Amino acid sequence: MITLQNVSRKFGRNDALCDVSFSLEMGKIYGIVGPNGSGKSTTLRLIAGLLFPSKGEVMVNGQKVNRKIAKHVAYLSDLDTFYRGFTVQDMFDFHVSQFDDFDHEKVDKLLSFLNLDRYKKLHQLSKGNRARVKLLLVLSRNAPVVLLDEPFSGLDPMVRDTIVEGLLRFIDYENQTVVITTHEVGEMEMLLDEVLLINEGKILSRQSVEVIREREGMSVKEWMKTLCGSEGRE
Amino acid sequence: MGEKFHSSKPIYLQIIDKIHYQIVRGELRKGEKLPSVREMAIQMGVNPNTIQRTYTELERMNVVETRRGQGTFVTENQMVIADLTSQLQHSMIEQFVWNMKELGLQAHEIKRALETYLEEEKK
Repeated sequence: MITLQNVSRKFGRNDALCDVSFSLEMGKIYGIVGPNGSGKSTTLRLIAGLLFPSKGEVMVNGQKVNRKIAKHVAYLSDLDTFYRGFTVQDMFDFHVSQFDDFDHEKVDKLLSFLNLDRYKKLHQLSKGNRARVKLLLVLSRNAPVVLLDEPFSGLDPMVRDTIVEGLLRFIDYENQTVVITTHEVGEMEMLLDEVLLINEGKILSRQSVEVIREREGMSVKEWMKTLCGSEGRE
Repeated sequence: MGEKFHSSKPIYLQIIDKIHYQIVRGELRKGEKLPSVREMAIQMGVNPNTIQRTYTELERMNVVETRRGQGTFVTENQMVIADLTSQLQHSMIEQFVWNMKELGLQAHEIKRALETYLEEEKK
């Protein structure tokens, strides 16, 4: 479904990613975890076609990734950029104009699940509600690949719970692959099938969450701290 | 939403334990339908693949059966439920005895302590 083959990405002289290879299957939820600055977001942006590799190849859905991959990829940015004058409705009208897999039935369900008012202007919304809007836009699409970049950062526990529940309710597990980056593994742990631990631009380890518990007797958070040393601390 | 889980044990095993308890305590009756995989995933706050694994494992243990197109049901077999009850009892006693031995008590001391406790509880 998603394949990275010997991918490196430099920013100036710095290696953000260094010779990374992995592939991800359909129908699973993956976590890319690691300390800040380890290369998690770079990896996600490469899959989303927002960045291109300096070396190597990224394939999604059998296609080499370019800017047009957005057709198959729903991406939730860690940034909070909206047009100030837009209402929630304007925002999804815009998305409808860009993506043909926008599911209007899901929008209605999501609006009531997330308790959002479609006529509110985005700049009037709280940070938590803006996070809900971002989630709504991503989950309203029937894209085979769903990427979430740090969906929890800066949000209170209630909003975090809503995000987890929203994913459990609205992801179509048979037809969608989800990749989530986070440095706050705690709340995500129950949601994930597998984790890829990344540090200093390299994949340190990849493991199924249940195997980590079964074989190592650890939570993912403990496992991550053990492997990253003191840097792994949140 | 979202149950609490221990970090050191696989989640599917912890959910199996929860369902076993519910059956033994009669909260889930024989023949009763379990929530769908997705509904259970939402209730427990865990990945649906984990619930799928839980159901598959429960099926292998003959505690539930899956009927095509209808869902997953608690077994109608009273024997299986009786077994489950005695298994749970056994593992709890085992844990209790182990803890008491850790405290340095001998078998007859454990018995006496338990009897005294039960006597006092009656009053």
